[in-house]
Amino acid sequence: MHAMIEAIRLTVTLALVTTVLLMIVGTPIAWWLARSRAWWKEIVGAVVTLPLVLPPTVLGFYLLLAFSPTSPLGQAATAVFGHALPFSFEGLVVASVIYSLPFAVQPIRNAFEAIGDRPLEVAATLRAGPWDRFLTVAVPLARGGFLSGAVLSFAHTVGEFGVVLMIGGNIPGETKVLSIAIYDYVETLQWGKAHILAGGMVVFSFLVILTVGLAGKRLGWGRETR
Amino acid sequence: MSLITALFRGRLGGFALDVRFDVPARGVTALFGPSGCGKTTVLRCVAGLTRLPDAALRVDGDVWQDGRLRFVPPHRRPVGYVFQEASLFPHLSVTDNLRYGQRRVRDVPHPVAFEDVVELLGLARLLDRPTAVLSGGERQRVAIGRALLSQPRLLLMDEPLSALDRTSKDEILPYLERLHDRLEIPVLYVSHDIAEVERLADTLVLLEAGRVRAVGPLADLLADPVLPLARLPEAAEVLEAEVLAVDGAYGLSTVAVSGGRLFVPGVAGEPGTRRRLRILAADVSLRRTPTAEGESSILNVLPARITGAEPTGDHLMTVFLALGADGGGAPLLARITRKSWDLLGLAPGQAVYAMIKGVALLDKG
Repeated sequence: MHAMIEAIRLTVTLALVTTVLLMIVGTPIAWWLARSRAWWKEIVGAVVTLPLVLPPTVLGFYLLLAFSPTSPLGQAATAVFGHALPFSFEGLVVASVIYSLPFAVQPIRNAFEAIGDRPLEVAATLRAGPWDRFLTVAVPLARGGFLSGAVLSFAHTVGEFGVVLMIGGNIPGETKVLSIAIYDYVETLQWGKAHILAGGMVVFSFLVILTVGLAGKRLGWGRETR
Repeated sequence: MSLITALFRGRLGGFALDVRFDVPARGVTALFGPSGCGKTTVLRCVAGLTRLPDAALRVDGDVWQDGRLRFVPPHRRPVGYVFQEASLFPHLSVTDNLRYGQRRVRDVPHPVAFEDVVELLGLARLLDRPTAVLSGGERQRVAIGRALLSQPRLLLMDEPLSALDRTSKDEILPYLERLHDRLEIPVLYVSHDIAEVERLADTLVLLEAGRVRAVGPLADLLADPVLPLARLPEAAEVLEAEVLAVDGAYGLSTVAVSGGRLFVPGVAGEPGTRRRLRILAADVSLRRTPTAEGESSILNVLPARITGAEPTGDHLMTVFLALGADGGGAPLLARITRKSWDLLGLAPGQAVYAMIKGVALLDKG
């Protein structure tokens, strides 16, 4: 029982931290992708979307290499965190942020794009500077996108398996998240425990999708800005 | 005198703009021309929403742009911009929309008060409603109020009526005219509807294919034989008039215009009130001799002199007149048939009588 609660606690913590970081990292990327006219922006867009189509094991493999204590990136990370990233909670967070990036960026970018130029131009003629316009017009008008992005990032992180296995391994209380725990229980023929966690995931996933659907409707306002 | 001095040159997409004009920074200046002539682009350049490197703009002594050296960004320009579509912020209430710009200005010597704008534009009933339930006309009134409350020194209006149906237009025009009369904010008004321009504008900038064709007082340009305005089917002249007397029994008013007196329908206001009249060229016919009283049903028969004439279409003639026996009064347009022109033996310089069948008071009472 304790192991199950430990796994749930770890998973929720990981998902929350990842979601918060994704909102912070994803918003400026989404804004830039929505507003920039640079010719190479779709290249950046494709890179950001890559984790959506890559097998998680591929991503995990490269991250493992990048984080290894012998690589420059790994050495930098070690300097920052005080230990190597692989097989640590921090390593999971970094991997999750990269892995779930498209789930945060896409909905927010779409929401920013749907606003169009006009409301921002109106705000500019009403004396609102660039930051002011962003905070008082763009963000409120895109809040449906922020909600979708946050919920999808959270859910996607909760459901992560391949990347976690590659980067995090299976350390109870440190990297043993729900999906790993379920796998473990099945491997060790503890069907009852696997049922509890798996069933819980089904209910959770259903609630997530329902929330996004309902919230999207309520926050839709329509695109009308006339 | 305070001026708006503008120069905008450059290419936007496939469109070449080369516009230069000086207009007084008071009253309403209409930027008029056919669709695609660059009116809206000029307005966007004035607001700073479109930036051309080869541009200079000076408003009332302040430099808003000087080529690449100086470009005041839009949020630092004291303009109010009313777009074609009201573009209210859907996430804000009517009140918060109105206050959005107001909250962001400080240290304006004589601010336009919230209550005054609400009263001027008849917004009191709308304040508590969500923006989504407002009609097109109501939305545009809120948008105008929102622009006014940002305490602009220059109001920019981009065809604010064109997205509205007839009813909403008629609902808003009186408000625009009140604006014009009550506030001292100069307005740049983009329009392709000459009737709107005749009602609202004092100065006209006539645009054609990205260039300025003419700039000047509205009345001068409307009756300028060189310009296409006098050739429009709905060609008309506007006249400034002063109310002299009201004949309540017949429901007519007598007004003085430069070069004569006219009867106009309705009560035009207290004696001394200044009103604007519009007389369509098609409503003016000519005769050689004055009419004796009791000879014609047309009340307004004024002496005038022919200053020019030009065939219009197959069978018509547009005749340029100056009111008064000596031709020293206001200009007027008449549209008659070419056959009449020949039958009456008319020629430039000749003294004639203009029979004016219809005079419209443009509501500025």
